[in-house]
Amino acid sequence: MMKMPNNDITNDMFLPADIDTTQSEKISRQSLSFWKDARKRLAKNKGAMISLVIIIFIVIISLIGPHMNNYGAYKQNLHLVNLPAKIPVLEKISFLPFNGTEHGVDIYEQRHIKQNFWFGTDDLGRDLWTRTWKGTQISLLIAVIAALADLVIGVAYGGISAYYGKHVDNVMQRIVEVLSGIPNLVLIILLILVLQPGLLTITIAIVSTGWISMSRIVRGQMLRLKSEEYVYASQTLGASNSRIIFKHLVPNTSGQIIINTMFSVPSAIFFEAFLSFIGLGIRDPQASLGSLINRAYGVFQIHPSQVLFPSIVICLLLICFNILGDGLRDAFDPKLRK
Amino acid sequence: MSNKEKLLEVKNLKKHFPVGRNLSLKAVDGVDFDIYKGEILGLVGESGCGKSTTGRTIIRLYNATDGSVKFANKEITGKKSKKELKELNRRMQMIFQDPYASLNPRMTVKDIIAEGIDIHGLAKSSKERNERVYELLETVGLNREHANRYPHEFSGGQRQRIGIARALAVEPDFIIADEPISALDVSIQAQVVNLLQELQQEHGLTYLFIAHDLSMVKHISDRVGVMYLGNMAELAPSDELYDNPLHPYTQALLSAIPVPDPEIERTRERIILEGDVPSPIDPPSGCRFRTRCPMAMEICAIVRPKWHEAREGHWVACHLHNEEANETKED
Amino acid sequence: MDNILELKDLHVSFDTFSGEVQAVRGVNLELKKGETLAIVGESGSGKSVTSKTIMGLIPKPPGKIKNGEILFEGKDLLKFSNKEMQRVRGKEISMIFQDPMTALNPTMKVGKQIMEGLIKHQNMSKSDAKKRAIELLELVGIPNPDARVDQYPHEFSGGMRQRVVIAIALACNPKVLIADEPTTALDVTIQAQILDLMKDLQDKTGTAIVLITHDLGVVANLAQKVAVMYGGKVVETGTVDEIFYNPKHPYTWGLLSSMPKLHDHSNKLLAIPGSPPDLSDPPKGCPFAARCPHAMKVCVDHMPGYFELSETQKSACWLVDERAPKVNPPETIGVRGE
Repeated sequence: MMKMPNNDITNDMFLPADIDTTQSEKISRQSLSFWKDARKRLAKNKGAMISLVIIIFIVIISLIGPHMNNYGAYKQNLHLVNLPAKIPVLEKISFLPFNGTEHGVDIYEQRHIKQNFWFGTDDLGRDLWTRTWKGTQISLLIAVIAALADLVIGVAYGGISAYYGKHVDNVMQRIVEVLSGIPNLVLIILLILVLQPGLLTITIAIVSTGWISMSRIVRGQMLRLKSEEYVYASQTLGASNSRIIFKHLVPNTSGQIIINTMFSVPSAIFFEAFLSFIGLGIRDPQASLGSLINRAYGVFQIHPSQVLFPSIVICLLLICFNILGDGLRDAFDPKLRK
Repeated sequence: MSNKEKLLEVKNLKKHFPVGRNLSLKAVDGVDFDIYKGEILGLVGESGCGKSTTGRTIIRLYNATDGSVKFANKEITGKKSKKELKELNRRMQMIFQDPYASLNPRMTVKDIIAEGIDIHGLAKSSKERNERVYELLETVGLNREHANRYPHEFSGGQRQRIGIARALAVEPDFIIADEPISALDVSIQAQVVNLLQELQQEHGLTYLFIAHDLSMVKHISDRVGVMYLGNMAELAPSDELYDNPLHPYTQALLSAIPVPDPEIERTRERIILEGDVPSPIDPPSGCRFRTRCPMAMEICAIVRPKWHEAREGHWVACHLHNEEANETKED
Repeated sequence: MDNILELKDLHVSFDTFSGEVQAVRGVNLELKKGETLAIVGESGSGKSVTSKTIMGLIPKPPGKIKNGEILFEGKDLLKFSNKEMQRVRGKEISMIFQDPMTALNPTMKVGKQIMEGLIKHQNMSKSDAKKRAIELLELVGIPNPDARVDQYPHEFSGGMRQRVVIAIALACNPKVLIADEPTTALDVTIQAQILDLMKDLQDKTGTAIVLITHDLGVVANLAQKVAVMYGGKVVETGTVDEIFYNPKHPYTWGLLSSMPKLHDHSNKLLAIPGSPPDLSDPPKGCPFAARCPHAMKVCVDHMPGYFELSETQKSACWLVDERAPKVNPPETIGVRGE
């Protein structure tokens, strides 16, 4: 027998300790549900939180912005064409483009204009501030439509296809293959033959094909989940189809659904802007970020500020939605990190 | 044993999975066995031998391709009415292999355990439901504080115990334990095995215990069945199977298990089987084991050995132990 | 120095969302030439992290080596640069992984995968390397190696693949072979083949083996020395006979008696109650104290040092101290043979 040389250890310490062995079953960590856990993780992600704030800010300003002055989105005034941006207080800060100058000349002074146009005016003298935010409204509306199409059609289609399987799945997947085989642009051009270019046409285009990737993801997830042991366990307990779908399959797919929605939003926004830019989307006098950029692009070298603001807004929207989507993916599925 | 009441009778059970055109994977290909009331029947075999498929087919997760399964003297394969199915789901339960995949990560432990109670309407009020869940948690060695937590907060052994509590919630007579310990650590395996044994004694349960670990199966089971490539090779009381294995596959399996005893390991002569298990899509003719059998004879390739009782309670499917086969050999 | 590999006070941690997980907390090990050392422990005991650290395969971040030395032939591997480590890996120390299904590249011919190391480390010509690859396949018992060398992994069965993995590991005659659960993914009859092969190969090549496993049967079959790990620490080391027939640590007792013996007719297994400690908040004293049936007051707060019981056996348990009450191991411990 031997002794450990250590002065701290006294003889009375060698008495049996009262250790409750059930103690080791205790879980010290705070209980977190999946949603709470995800929210916590998201809150820790600075990029995603900043993006979220910017998106909320853009949403609010796009709603109240057009009402902050009374120029109106469609009112033309040939005396006020092609003005640069001018904002009363910010004009003092030299590096910001808000001092009403263009190529070193103060246009407002030169043309004796007393009003201020915060984002300037276009070649028909329409207020760009109002038009930019009106255009943003369109983009956001498209975002909502795309998200709804994803959630309603995509989830239901993928879910039904996976859950009923066999022949149902076979037929539904062939339909999806045909649909996804048609290029979107061709579809739009065909639609324009029948309908007027405009919001309705874009909506139809997005609703008819935008949900396909979502339906595939949901189908894949459900197929995987269907052979998970907890679904089997529920089956052996005698659970009904609806119980399995709504208690087991849908809650376990929800993270993926949210993530995918977040990623489909910016691509829909971009799609609309792209169509409007090439003239297949929103038409004058209605404004959209894409059509604004298209119009300003012609005078880009003379009046660069007209391209600037709608471009900044669309970039912010796309970047923020993507970063937020990334953050949500990390929050919902930390395994994908690493 | 023979005077005991049969709880489950499996006759010529087959489960084939279609793979591609005209091909099928013969996961279970004609299996016969009975389980008596109150006993533990172990089922062992290597991966792909069809032991898990057998369990899942019995509990109707898969539809049987052929054959019959009788539970308490009632046929349970084929089309059944909703009422009959519900009754069956209450009396027959399953414990799953993977403690990480067998609990829904979005549900609290309370809701997981109470799922059976909800489906079968076994609790009249939410208070009764809670009480029942707490009671079940304590039965499996957890406590009521665990009820509102989520599965990911538990260790593998604890999760497996939650799975056991879920199965017990509907008060079944018969439990199929499908590799309940193979994903767990050694010290945790013993906890779960002891728990299963205690529950069996307290509640008079009957188990079908499926595993690939022969020593654990032998420890817990009254009788053990050995499966190979979709067929039953041998079935006997567990001591008899260990002391007196008849089938060459059982002999090889027993000799292959490394024993935690260096002295035995140093001196032990092993029967080492050559090669791998053939594909169940295109299994060998005659005896399934003949391609790896050290004692294969001509007849093994031609005739499928008969499943017969070589001694009292000791069933085997091997030409070496078939009277008729032996006679022809001696001639 | 006859130790080919020596670990001194190795500490490895991982940064996770829930804080720092101290996976390895001060591990000391010695491996002599031509010897087989088994590291036994349950999941989370730190045995796999130890082996990966030796190979320099710990991803940093999130992993970090906080302290310690890994001496290979007297040189500290932790001070090696990435390039130097690459020269050691595969040539001096090589590794066999648990899952033969994922350890091979499915798009590369088996022969090529063996030749890779030969060409890189031994500057062999292509034709020489191929000859050697065929020799190696023959050595690991693959029939018809001339034809098999040009086949892809999917044409091999599980057991055969593990043989190929072993052939790759042995290609450059490494001095140390680390086998991380080499038979866990295999069936019993295949496991017997592989264990036989490994013993046979060690006789032929004299490679020292570090065997990581949780299966005490495999340890008894293959190892000469054993280190039992628990909670990130080595709790007991010794020769196989010492560990199996005369263990001093209650955790070793627990491990041995929780396995059923084939010839044993007793009714109940001696299970260890509770669950292993959470290494993001490791216990101050002995990691096993909370589950130990003989825990004393000293165990809770003071980590025991190593008591040298013989030239080869060391145990980190206060029960060995002369002041501790005498405790007998469970009856099943120490029974030799039948």
